[in-house]
Amino acid sequence: MASELKVPTMAEFFASGTVPEVLFWVGCAGSFDDRAKKITKAFVKILNKANVSFAVLGTEESCTGDPAKRAGNEFLFQMQAVTNIEVLNAYEIKKIVTACPHCFNTIKNEYPGLGGNYEVVHHTQFLKDLLNDGKISMEGGNFKGKRITFHDPCYLGRANGVYEAPRDLIRKLDAELIEMKSCKQRGLCCGAGGAQMFKEPEKGDKDVNIERTEQALETKPEIIAAGCPFCNTMMTDGVKNKEKEGDVQVMDIAEMIATAEDL
Amino acid sequence: MQYLPNIIFVVLLIVGIGFFVKNVSRLKRNIFLGKEASLTDNKPQRWKNMAKIALGQSKMVVRPIAGALHIIVYVGFVIINIEVLEIILDGIFGTHRMFAVLGPVYDFLIGSFEVLALLVIIAVVVFWIRRNIIKLKRFFKPEMEGWPKKDGNLILYIELVLMVLFLTMNGADYQLQQMGAEHYAAAGSFPISSFIAPMFEGMSISTLVLIERTAWWVHIAGILFFLNYLYYSKHLHILLAFPNTYYGKLTPKGQFRNLQSVTDEVRMMMDPDADPYAEPTEDAVVPDKFGASDVQDLSWVQLLNAYTCTECGRCTSECPANQTGKKLSPRKIMMDTRDRLEEVGKNIDANNGEFKDDGKQLLNDYITPEELWACTSCNACVEACPISIDPLSIIMDMRQYLVMEESAAPTDLNNMMGNIENNGAPWPFNQMDRLNWSKES
Repeated sequence: MASELKVPTMAEFFASGTVPEVLFWVGCAGSFDDRAKKITKAFVKILNKANVSFAVLGTEESCTGDPAKRAGNEFLFQMQAVTNIEVLNAYEIKKIVTACPHCFNTIKNEYPGLGGNYEVVHHTQFLKDLLNDGKISMEGGNFKGKRITFHDPCYLGRANGVYEAPRDLIRKLDAELIEMKSCKQRGLCCGAGGAQMFKEPEKGDKDVNIERTEQALETKPEIIAAGCPFCNTMMTDGVKNKEKEGDVQVMDIAEMIATAEDL
Repeated sequence: MQYLPNIIFVVLLIVGIGFFVKNVSRLKRNIFLGKEASLTDNKPQRWKNMAKIALGQSKMVVRPIAGALHIIVYVGFVIINIEVLEIILDGIFGTHRMFAVLGPVYDFLIGSFEVLALLVIIAVVVFWIRRNIIKLKRFFKPEMEGWPKKDGNLILYIELVLMVLFLTMNGADYQLQQMGAEHYAAAGSFPISSFIAPMFEGMSISTLVLIERTAWWVHIAGILFFLNYLYYSKHLHILLAFPNTYYGKLTPKGQFRNLQSVTDEVRMMMDPDADPYAEPTEDAVVPDKFGASDVQDLSWVQLLNAYTCTECGRCTSECPANQTGKKLSPRKIMMDTRDRLEEVGKNIDANNGEFKDDGKQLLNDYITPEELWACTSCNACVEACPISIDPLSIIMDMRQYLVMEESAAPTDLNNMMGNIENNGAPWPFNQMDRLNWSKES
């Protein structure tokens, strides 16, 4: 196990009169959800290893308002957005990276109209840049030759057209990337979007995450790769439901890289 | 009396086109019952989208079989219209095959029309088989019962009959040309209909002329009928696909519109100089209703979307909620919107141009909250639509009405929103604990 995580806050940078290169927007899931916290830590480990100058908002961060907006509460969304934008603008943030496609989409697309203009990237895009710049090296190691399928998060893929960054990273791990029958533009949702994460599903034949997990399992994967904390939860639940947790792991791409790097 | 056919033809034409113009103006009136939406930006991109998606059918071929068949019918429809132009001119001036002066070019044109007509017949038959024998699942959802199912088949029958009439007309003409009949000078090439010509062998010239003329008249009357059938049919897409793709969304699919009326209120709340007890000024506008409960609350583009939908069901077949047996069907959202808009339009017609409250609305009477709450906002329906319809935007507008006007969110979602309001996260965790993860091993 590597040394302790270094997680500087914006407030600390501000106090010392310096600015980090990038703000890591952790998001609510990444901050509070036990499974997602592991993704957050894995990503920070990589940032530490690559000596990236970054900071988090810590207790000054608040929900982007995405689930409120998708649930129809535009008022609450805009209250959240305006409050967050005030904080971000006060710190003169230029670039934001986040491991949550919902935060990514909201800050990138819906904040500019309310006065928040930043360069926003998903962590898979950021990691790919680190790799291209030679700041991290990726040797497949324990992922070499493993069958991995990637589940496209709707808010990363269809919503924003990012399909290749996560796939490039998986290929870099020398893993065998196998596509599900519906992927990329036609990828099936995990069932969590549009605030579904926080409510019981409507009456139907089955849950969306079960349907998607079945599609993933058809590829006979050893790992189902995800790029979203909510997809991760939904797919993990699906795998458990199918009693496959012994054979199939659900992992975020950041976790895979951190593991490969033995961080 | 010699001009009687010409006169009958012109009257038929005027009635057919006049009725169509009337329908178009009704269509336009209904669409603009919707709220304003400024979509005059980025014209080059809009033209490009229209050229690529509508003219170029780029999204149809995502499903290769249906896509290829559709392109045949589409190309056939567009190109055979050159022939319709000749038919109309012949009808008005009492000429026969007026464009024959083009010589070899004419032969080539008629020859290609015939090949296309045959291909269209084949495509239409395959389409019919898919709907009625193979029974593709997406054509058998609950919203397809009744008129929509009939409509789908009727369109295929009409197209089949038109193509058969076209070939019959040509076949009889060809036979008459062979026999050297008066008025039937050799013109055109008939690669397909020459095969049906043997059926006419042994018939007298007068019988053949009768067949040729009947096919000619029924064909053009059929086309005028079809033109007027559009307004009552899902087939309206052949016209509206063009404006609809032009006005389609240009921003990333994940970007939902920020409501300006809400922004204004939020700004005022956050403004330390605002006086909460101030008397409203004279020119204060009454804030809009938040979200949509009826068609008039939607934007005109959303209403254009509804009239453009051809009920192909690609959206519904890609919808995660529908795939897992929930009531939500994006296609039904569009069909309901159109049905309600038609109802509102008829109401206005019946009440001298004023809408009279009929105690109904789009919400509940057509679209239920259960459908709206099943959406994951995943954009699969938007991606699937071959002509840039956005069912998701209607679902979101209606959720806004449910939440902001009726406070009618599911309890779980109310809890989630309460948490965001109180502690800045959808779960009941303290904002002060947001960084605790960094200290946990």
